[in-house]
Amino acid sequence: MSRLLTRVLLDRFVSALIVLSVMLAAIPVLVLLLFVLIKGLPGMLAPGFFTSPPHPVGVPGGGVFNAIIGTLEIVGIGSLLAVPFGTLVGIFLSEYGRNRIGDTVRFVSDVLTGLPSIAFGIFGYTVLVATLHHFSAVSASVALAVLMLPVVLRATETALVLVPQSMREAGLALGAPRWRVTIEVIVPAALGGIVTGALLAMARAAGETAPLLFTALGNDFTQVDPLQPMGALALTVFKNALLPYSDLQDQAWAAALLLVLMVAVTNILARVYVRRIQR
Amino acid sequence: MMTWANMQADVAAPTTHEAEIEIKLDARHVNFFYGDFQALQDASLAVQARKITALIGPSGCGKTTFLRIFNRMHDLTPGTRATGEVLLDGHNVLSPDIDVINLRRQVGMLFQRANPFPKSIYDNVAYGPHILGWSKQQISEIVEESLKDTGLWEEVKDRLQRSALNLSGGQQQRLCLARALAVKPEVILMDEPASALDPIATLRIEELMQELKKRYTIVIVTHNMQQSARVSDFTAFMLMNERRAGEVIEFGPTDDIFNRPKDSRTEDYITGRFG
Ligand SMILES: Nc1ncnc2c1ncn2[C@@H]1O[C@H](COP(=O)(O)OP(=O)(O)OP(=O)(O)O)[C@@H](O)[C@H]1O
Ligand SMILES: [Mg+2]
Repeated sequence: MSRLLTRVLLDRFVSALIVLSVMLAAIPVLVLLLFVLIKGLPGMLAPGFFTSPPHPVGVPGGGVFNAIIGTLEIVGIGSLLAVPFGTLVGIFLSEYGRNRIGDTVRFVSDVLTGLPSIAFGIFGYTVLVATLHHFSAVSASVALAVLMLPVVLRATETALVLVPQSMREAGLALGAPRWRVTIEVIVPAALGGIVTGALLAMARAAGETAPLLFTALGNDFTQVDPLQPMGALALTVFKNALLPYSDLQDQAWAAALLLVLMVAVTNILARVYVRRIQR
Repeated sequence: MMTWANMQADVAAPTTHEAEIEIKLDARHVNFFYGDFQALQDASLAVQARKITALIGPSGCGKTTFLRIFNRMHDLTPGTRATGEVLLDGHNVLSPDIDVINLRRQVGMLFQRANPFPKSIYDNVAYGPHILGWSKQQISEIVEESLKDTGLWEEVKDRLQRSALNLSGGQQQRLCLARALAVKPEVILMDEPASALDPIATLRIEELMQELKKRYTIVIVTHNMQQSARVSDFTAFMLMNERRAGEVIEFGPTDDIFNRPKDSRTEDYITGRFG
């Protein structure tokens, strides 16, 4: 009886501990989200926030249309560069990378992960801005692509390594060549993890400011030419937050909220998609 | 064609009254190494066509190792090495210039744990034929035929597009069998195919084996002596020697191995005195 009681009490205690840790982890995130929501909502509801580019300082109104287009385009081009290449390298690492070449690639990727993000900006500046002699969206995309690459390839590798070895054996035992088993069985089995990794990388890239400072530079006009300087939401947050105008500060909060929402929505869509293909 | 007459002498040849016996798979003096560790020593086994041959023996004696050599699955484990010969219809599958892909189409495999692909039931069975480049029409016919051969058709015909992972363990194992049958192999290797299944599902698999042996040659590894006695025509008893390398101690018709073992170690194992 008393042993049963201790067990029950211990069980309660451990359960409570778990709930507590979950709350400890979740509370700061929730507080942050709530804070951004409260601060960002007024700016977001202001007329023209979504539809018009910024007005000159002092002129009321204006929005972040240029920055929305800019973030989508810069991150979009960056993803087109990083995701296919990173996924392929991740597949190589998992399926064929138990050797010196694989270890070298892993090491380089880990070094890239540890670099401060401004280093990617300097890289974009040196490689494209300095050689083309002007700031451009595409140089920002390249900088972000290098930043995304290690995230994508490690996520891909991890997802593939988690696919049981018995799955590979099943495919090979049917007389399927190794590369076909990889592409047709192993990659689809890990697709959820691969897609999630790619989205994480995109989300991280969308929120980065430092790599854009010396590359995309920012642009108050709506620009779609990737060879020209371009605005981005993260740049809007960075610039407007430092200005002594309360409506522009509101706009900075709203831009931050918009970034958070974009990342959240992409994640949810991805999850829905992954769940659908896995049924 | 091989006959019992020219089988090597160091393996006790099963006696038989049939005029002509076809040896499908003939392992001769096989040694196998995981790095420096020798897991098989001088293992020989002559597998008759369209019969069920069982490998029994205590855990770690090299049954799985032996079985996986027959379709070169050991190639997937780095640092392994096999010597000796394994003849499939007279061709040595251990020879470096054998087409491994083709070999695995002829010698299929069923694993200890059902390992369906995370795809639909249909796509699981269709995968092999799809690799072979068969037409849609042919594939759909072979899928139905294979599912019927494994007794699954009636159970799944209304949900072919649903995920294979929703099937029960026994159904999944029969699906894996159907998947293996769909590429029309000649030999099927089974590594304890029923060890994770309940008695009813096990019985289903054993009944299927009796059907399948009319058309296929089957080699099965089993821990379970009753199973070996129930299903197999021939039994090889394996044991580790003092250096922990597996050896084939005795090989012959199942009836002889279980009722008239020649080696005292076989008798000890069969009667449950060790292992
Ligand atoms: N990948 C491996 N690397 C090194 N040694 C291995 C490997 N796989 C098996 N072995 C060793 O080879 C020997 C034979 O193993 P094997 O799996 O063939 O035995 P088994 O008869 O199938 O046993 P069980 O009945 O437990 O399945 C064992 O000593 C085992 O430890
Ligand atoms: Mg085994």
